[in-house]
Amino acid sequence: MDNIIQVNELTKTYESGFQALKGVSLSIRRGEIFALLGPNGAGKTTLISIVCGLVNASSGSVLIDGHDNVRDYRKARSKIGLVPQELTNNMFDSVWSTLKLSRGLFGKPRNDALLEEILRELSLWDKRNDRIMDLSGGMKRRVLIAKALSHEPDVLFLDEPTAGVDVELRRDMWNTVRRLQQRGVTIILTTHYIEEAEEMADRIGVISQGELILIEGKDKLMQQLGTKQLSIQLQSPLEILPESLRSDALALSADGYALVYTFDAQCEQTGIAELLKKLDQAGIEVKDLHSSQSSLEDIFVNLVHERRDAKRAGGAQ
Amino acid sequence: MNFYGVRAIYQSEMARMLRTTLQSIASPVISTSLYFIVFGAAIGTRMTEVDGVSYGAFIIPGLIMLMLLNESISNASFGIYMPKFTGTIYEVLSAPVSPLEIVVGYVGAAATKSVLLGLLVLLTARLFVDYEIQHPLWMLGFLVLTAVTFSLFGFVIGVWADGFEKLQIIPLMIVTPLAFLGGSFYSITMLPPFWQTVTLFNPVVYLISGFRWSFYGAADVHIAVSLGMTLVFLSICLVLVWWIFRTGYKLKP
Repeated sequence: MDNIIQVNELTKTYESGFQALKGVSLSIRRGEIFALLGPNGAGKTTLISIVCGLVNASSGSVLIDGHDNVRDYRKARSKIGLVPQELTNNMFDSVWSTLKLSRGLFGKPRNDALLEEILRELSLWDKRNDRIMDLSGGMKRRVLIAKALSHEPDVLFLDEPTAGVDVELRRDMWNTVRRLQQRGVTIILTTHYIEEAEEMADRIGVISQGELILIEGKDKLMQQLGTKQLSIQLQSPLEILPESLRSDALALSADGYALVYTFDAQCEQTGIAELLKKLDQAGIEVKDLHSSQSSLEDIFVNLVHERRDAKRAGGAQ
Repeated sequence: MNFYGVRAIYQSEMARMLRTTLQSIASPVISTSLYFIVFGAAIGTRMTEVDGVSYGAFIIPGLIMLMLLNESISNASFGIYMPKFTGTIYEVLSAPVSPLEIVVGYVGAAATKSVLLGLLVLLTARLFVDYEIQHPLWMLGFLVLTAVTFSLFGFVIGVWADGFEKLQIIPLMIVTPLAFLGGSFYSITMLPPFWQTVTLFNPVVYLISGFRWSFYGAADVHIAVSLGMTLVFLSICLVLVWWIFRTGYKLKP
């Protein structure tokens, strides 16, 4: 597999003693959209900052397209575009001049046609001569994206790209991200909104308390870890569940018209056939059935909790 | 060598100065001109000559140095402090530019502006006072060397400062007093012997003395000593900047 980024055993302990990363290893494939999920303070931004050269790692190494990001930092960094989490713009600059600065910083010669194309794509062309301080929050965020794209990166990091962004802009942004992917740009985004990862990513990594606890293809992740729910609509309402049907997995809705059965989708024996047999035996008539898969959010919350519980149990011993 | 990167930083810094013409150009020129009017044209005529030069003319090199030190420090410290303060520094730090290139961009722009200001003030002084420049090349040399040295020093302050107060405190509490007491307004030979010796510990004395020598051929200390001391300060600042990037001090956690 062709990896564009290779992170090896990365650790980071800040001067305060806080250990933000505890030996993270990660490969990013060329051309994929990779979502790094994790709660606040999990180490997402630290990881990105080390890869981009903003923070010094305590140990471990990062290769970007084969170039070590410390020893061969020029080649490594010139491949990366970073869109930071905070709206950090030079407020007094115009949109156009800040883009020119970005392109120059990354060692690229002037190319007005390209900058125009980027600004048009992000609907910023009309604002090119405006000072950044006069733009709305959403536009400022787009300026940051434009800056990162201005030097034609092979890898684009989006750190919490949709924090505080309205629905429409979020959709625009995803369209932009997809177009970039089609052009061969590898995209790594961090988020703590699961829908974002669910909608966009090819693969998902979950980071919690400085450790990567899981890396998996999105579909596989959902398949593997997802529980499914089967809703059974009843012909006539039930007041209580018959004795024969009582179990933790089955619940009766408040109005008595539906039964909700939770099962593990990866299990070979889901127990559905058995359940239906029992319903039949109990004389309960079924009107309709539908099953739904748990969202990444559920999976994610489960993962993080399991991890914490395991730690607590470990600590208690 | 990332030529485009250096140029981008330099141009962006120069644009910032042009954007704030009133504050960054008009203000130092006007305030220095006030000294020329008061001490040169008004009081100066009633004072005795110093080292065979009229008092109004005598204070020109010192006043230009005073302005040069303050402007170099404040330009360069502000130039690097603001990106740190607003967070835009992320882009410079994540770009494929070397520490040396970053310094050349920021310090180069600050020093350029200081030199231009120095020349502008020199021209303005002509309106009020007659003066001559015996060694124009040396004069320019000292101007550039001092501007670069103190822009480097300003860069260090800008990296070190974590608030606006710290940004102001060194120029205000240390550099300005040293410049005033470093012979801007007098020759140190006019001081009692004890204070003459004390004054020799003031680094600004050497800068002013050398600069004044390039104008009038007279100096408090030998020109070679002045040049040597200026180069020593330059080296100290270079070492500090090297150390900052080496350790990531306040730039990279």
